[in-house]
Amino acid sequence: MSSPDDLLYTKEHEWIRVSDNIGTVGITLFATKELGEVVYVELPKVGDRFKSGDAFGNVESVKAVSELFIPVTGEVVEVNDDLGNAPEILNEDPYGKGWLIQVRMKDPSETADLMSAEEYGDYTKEEE
Amino acid sequence: MSEQNRTSTHFQLNERLVFEEGSAGRRGFNLPALDVPQRRISEVVDQGMLRESIDGMPELSEVDVIRHFTRLSTWNYHIDLGLYPLGSCSMKYNPRINERMARLDGFMHAHPLMPNELIQGALEVQKALEQCLAEISGMDAVSLQPAAGAHGELTGILMIRAYHESKGRARTKILIPDSAHGTNPASVAISGYVVENVPSNAGGTVDLDSLRKAVDGEVAAIMITNPNTLGVFESQISEIAEVLHSHGALVYMDGANLNAMMGITRPGDFGADVLHINLHKTFTTPHGGGGPGSGPVAVRKILEPFLPYPTVGVKPDNSLFFDYDRPQSIGKMKAYNGQFGMHVRALCYILANGPEGLKEVSEIAVLNANYIRAKLKDSYALPYDSPTLHEVVFSDRIQARKDVHVGDIGKRLMDYGFHPPTVSFPLIVPGAIMIEPTETEPKQELDAFIDAMRVIAREAEETPEIVKKAPHTTRIGRIDEAGAARKPVLRWKSPTSPAR
Repeated sequence: MSSPDDLLYTKEHEWIRVSDNIGTVGITLFATKELGEVVYVELPKVGDRFKSGDAFGNVESVKAVSELFIPVTGEVVEVNDDLGNAPEILNEDPYGKGWLIQVRMKDPSETADLMSAEEYGDYTKEEE
Repeated sequence: MSEQNRTSTHFQLNERLVFEEGSAGRRGFNLPALDVPQRRISEVVDQGMLRESIDGMPELSEVDVIRHFTRLSTWNYHIDLGLYPLGSCSMKYNPRINERMARLDGFMHAHPLMPNELIQGALEVQKALEQCLAEISGMDAVSLQPAAGAHGELTGILMIRAYHESKGRARTKILIPDSAHGTNPASVAISGYVVENVPSNAGGTVDLDSLRKAVDGEVAAIMITNPNTLGVFESQISEIAEVLHSHGALVYMDGANLNAMMGITRPGDFGADVLHINLHKTFTTPHGGGGPGSGPVAVRKILEPFLPYPTVGVKPDNSLFFDYDRPQSIGKMKAYNGQFGMHVRALCYILANGPEGLKEVSEIAVLNANYIRAKLKDSYALPYDSPTLHEVVFSDRIQARKDVHVGDIGKRLMDYGFHPPTVSFPLIVPGAIMIEPTETEPKQELDAFIDAMRVIAREAEETPEIVKKAPHTTRIGRIDEAGAARKPVLRWKSPTSPAR
């Protein structure tokens, strides 16, 4: 399973795309395969603040409910409302239309702890 | 196999919703002639509360209703039809004598608000059951109040909290092995404790070194299932209890698997301080068939003051009463004193078997599970090869190579006339297939099940599509689970009346 090179990854299978001080957060293709068909996504509200590693929502599939963990500290500036009516978008396009939230990052240097696409690829091979 | 495929000739009655049946004017009742003056309803009921008709209300005769529900009942699979091998659930046959006893007039019509002197027999049943459960579990006192296993867990953990508070401080953490029932961490969280996981070792039991590192003065207790959800007996349970006790912490035992050890060993003898007992698993009272659960809690002396009230007390003249005067009690966990009908059934089962009989129950439960294990271990992967007791956990690892997974195997079993086993649990086994036959199954039934499982393993190898598209013989095949969850239809609408 190849992962886009321009993203950074967590061990909990979230990705983040950084542009200036704004981070767009989603979950990886590996995560959606493990979850199976997603039926419900619960996301925070714009203005909610989280510390890196906090649970910011959860995603429910026919198999399980899993918490979502935020890769960086910051404030939510946008939420993907389309997932409310069409959670299947997460399965169809996890790296594109299936993004979850955008955050204004407090400390962009936090991303130094995250994995590159290649590192994440090795990590998921171990998990399999 | 074809002659053993028990569902091939099973009839399948179609049946509509009750709202779609009947016709105008049909009645299922017959009122006697009026012996008081007739009055119009509008004279006695406020106009705003009245309506001319109820939209979509079916009009049915008695036979319509009886046939409707009888036909629906043919869609059920139940223990009276055959093996129900749900691991961890102990789906054993419920002897009819239990039902006969629970329906005795004095029991059936008793009410807990009747004066104590009129319900002495019912109180005697509860007292006798408390004593039996204390003896079987090796504990000192019992509350019959909790209404189910998880409710018993909550009761037990709240008592552990009350115990530590009485010593000055509730502490903050409770340890749970990673093979635990999902209800364990839920009970802990609801009681205000933080869950800390203890990993299993390669044999599937608690890793003692990790445990030693995890125990400190913040740990209030460990919640441990023994035998655990893999069916493996925690042979180091006494050492585990010692580690906890040496730090002033307690041992909560999830007694869901008590069926494996009755008359052989007792939680009270290997260090448990409190456990719940699932009457609806170990003592036959109906489970999964609509009957209520019952999860009594048994404790050592140190926890007795904290039992929920009322308890069944004994007066100097040996008469029994509901004792509400329990100053250190955690309070009420349920109305009155639990599911009384279940108490009658469980006591009936215990007395009918007697001590030797209960020991034999456990021995045969273990023998049956090990028979299945031995006969299926060449067809399905065994993720842990430690000796197991009353249940056995396989995985779909071999079948997954052909993209056949545990859910497919379970669905294909329905074609062969069996209820599927527990799937995808315990969580530490990917693709878990968890089988518990219980002691009530004869060898012929186990053999039919084993044959079906072997045929499915062969199908997964040779014709995997058959398994992946199963079930083929049931009324309804694969349903669109994701669609149902994403776009749920929550209300039936009559095709003839306009939607409101």
